[in-house]
Amino acid sequence: MDLNHAPHVEAFRAEARDWLAAHVPATPLPSLETREGFAAHREWEALLHSARWAVVSWPEEYGGRGVDIEHWLVFEEEYWAAGAPGRVSQNGINLLAPTLFDHATDEQRARVLPSMASGETIWAQAWSEPESGSDLASLKSRAVRTEGGWLLSGQKTWSSRAAFADRAFGIFRTDPDAPKPHQGLTYLMFDLHAPGVTVRPIGRLDGKPAFAELFLDEVFVPDADVIGEPGQGWRIAMSTTGNERGLTLRAPGRFLAAADRLVDLWRSHGDPADTALRDRVADAVVGARAYQLFTWANASRFASGETIGAESSLNKVFWSQYDIALHESALDLLGPDAELADGEWAEPWIFSLAGPIYAGTNEIQRDIIAERLLGLPKGRR
Amino acid sequence: MRFLPTEEQSDFARTLHGLLAASDVPAAVRAWGAGDHTPGRAVWARLADTGLFALAADEAHGGLGLMPPELAGGFVELGRAGVPGPVVETAAAAVLLTRLGDEALAKRFLPGLVAGETSATLTLPGGGPYALDADAATHLFTVSPAGELRLASAAGPLRTSLDPARRLALPDGGGELLATGPAVTAAARDAAHWARLLTAAQCLGTGEALLARTVEYAKQRTQFGTAIGGFQAVKHRLADTLLGLEFARPLLWAAALSLAPGEVAAAKLTAGEAAYAAAMTALQLHGAVGYTEELDLSLWLRKARPLRDAWGSPSQCRAAVLQERLRAP
Ligand SMILES: Cc1cc2nc3c(=O)[nH]c(=O)nc-3n(C[C@H](O)[C@H](O)[C@H](O)COP(=O)(O)OP(=O)(O)OC[C@H]3O[C@@H](n4cnc5c(N)ncnc54)[C@H](O)[C@@H]3O)c2cc1C
Repeated sequence: MDLNHAPHVEAFRAEARDWLAAHVPATPLPSLETREGFAAHREWEALLHSARWAVVSWPEEYGGRGVDIEHWLVFEEEYWAAGAPGRVSQNGINLLAPTLFDHATDEQRARVLPSMASGETIWAQAWSEPESGSDLASLKSRAVRTEGGWLLSGQKTWSSRAAFADRAFGIFRTDPDAPKPHQGLTYLMFDLHAPGVTVRPIGRLDGKPAFAELFLDEVFVPDADVIGEPGQGWRIAMSTTGNERGLTLRAPGRFLAAADRLVDLWRSHGDPADTALRDRVADAVVGARAYQLFTWANASRFASGETIGAESSLNKVFWSQYDIALHESALDLLGPDAELADGEWAEPWIFSLAGPIYAGTNEIQRDIIAERLLGLPKGRR
Repeated sequence: MRFLPTEEQSDFARTLHGLLAASDVPAAVRAWGAGDHTPGRAVWARLADTGLFALAADEAHGGLGLMPPELAGGFVELGRAGVPGPVVETAAAAVLLTRLGDEALAKRFLPGLVAGETSATLTLPGGGPYALDADAATHLFTVSPAGELRLASAAGPLRTSLDPARRLALPDGGGELLATGPAVTAAARDAAHWARLLTAAQCLGTGEALLARTVEYAKQRTQFGTAIGGFQAVKHRLADTLLGLEFARPLLWAAALSLAPGEVAAAKLTAGEAAYAAAMTALQLHGAVGYTEELDLSLWLRKARPLRDAWGSPSQCRAAVLQERLRAP
């Protein structure tokens, strides 16, 4: 067991730290869930990309540095510690890119990945439908064969950042007669500005248009934008949900930085007599460390050739609950100022509240933990 | 960076696991609680043969050197099996004597402790007032806040813990003065960190044992025509129990690697709370049968709370975590 990084990893950390110190915007960018914030974040990501910090773990030919997960985790620690902006391209990078690496053609990778890395093309995930949330396999949106491609029809919803994004990826029913709901589905990419697409932004809890509904009316998708074999959409989609819940969606660096800020807040606002609140600050410090170490252990297992399966559900439940508790503690420390909508902790708190819902609700994750990790009987679902 | 146990570390834990599984530890625990230490001592002797106690003593006196990760891994297995007696205290006493570097004292006590021929209990500044199993341990060490290391004896009646297998006694305050001064204080501080770390390890093992038994029970107990483990309310509670334990484990490893006070406190806090939560889940999901002393489950159930509070209560550990943070620049 060894928690020390090799000198070349520490050198990489120092390089990242120096670059970030020189380039992270001095004043926070406007919220990425607004039109002007979206544009500002695109610019930031272009700058990040120009120095090859946008996707460090990708191969160099697509704009990355070809480094392993340990480097990536170290980079994320520096990124969040530097107070750098949230990533507007995260859905593409965390969800579509791993799918493309595993299932796409070289042509698709060469066409899609570079502009994703630079923030030029922002991707939205179009999986959920009004009638298909946790029971995603019940989805009804169709893709019907046509000359040279497919015609998409139906409705998708809760598509994060689709209000301002460029393209989307999702699963569609191509064989309505398939015997089981998760058969006869096809994974494909489409243009949010194509004829037949209507995007209706949805205000989240604080009113910002953080997600959108998509109405699709015979939207043409060329064969070149089908990922993998038609009919294999479910298998392809499921192979990447682990990424969403697991290591890559929420890097520990993010929570380490948030816990540090919470300790600072305790220093400046804490009442020494309020030991209950002090204990919650301590729990936030311990929780961030636990999550970091848990991730290092998984990364080590990865590096030694093991696969991480249902364990990613442990991650997801942990960080989503942790995130809320941390932000609630911050609000409690702020006292009457916590109520101010433009406060430093207000939007992060709003954001944290969705954690137990997206990326598979925590109820569904607990089912997975119980059935796949503890071997309990499958219940009715 | 490779944050995984080495082959040797895993092998050692497996060896202990096998040995303890074959030792009828539950019977030894029940006997221990009834004042018969013989079966428990037999388990100890077998443990000592694996080199367990030698991991807390220097090589000059028969030890293998101080090896906290190996020892912590071993103590997870002691917790899993529910081994009775002052195991943590014996290891911590060996650490204290090793760290103190007093040749005469080391020669006098360490070889016996390492070989498992003797055992020790101790109280340290900042720890609880009671010495665990003073009736069973060969030696009772005390370190006073002023830095006096004494070989004491127990005063007053022996008190029974909420866990009947744990007996508590107050040291009499006197006894032979073995050493005094800042070196004692420093060695005692180290020993206290080890005691906290090894208790955290015992907690983790205790919690894992509770979870494993409860999962087995939930698969086999049927109500309303189906295994209760198929009910979502049951599943989710067990999932949360696993979650708590799985996030305590890496904290324990990291604490064993660094022995930094904040890391050790974080590990103890998290493992202690996770084990106690596992006990509450085990109790609830077993229904009434879990609320009896007859089921062996009770041996772990009753340990979880005292272990959570021994060598650093959650509140003391949280204070230690934050103290380290607030001292940082
Ligand atoms: C901020 C945010 C961003 C999102 N971004 C995207 C996106 O970019 N793309 C996208 O496709 N989707 C996105 N989603 C949608 C998200 O994936 C769904 O909300 C999620 O899958 C749950 O579906 P639902 O909301 O329809 O809830 P439902 O499935 O209707 O569930 C409602 C409640 O019932 C519970 N429940 C349902 N089934 C069970 C069961 N079998 N056992 C126990 N409890 C159950 C759920 O846990 C939940 O508490 C986003 C959601 C949010 C909140």
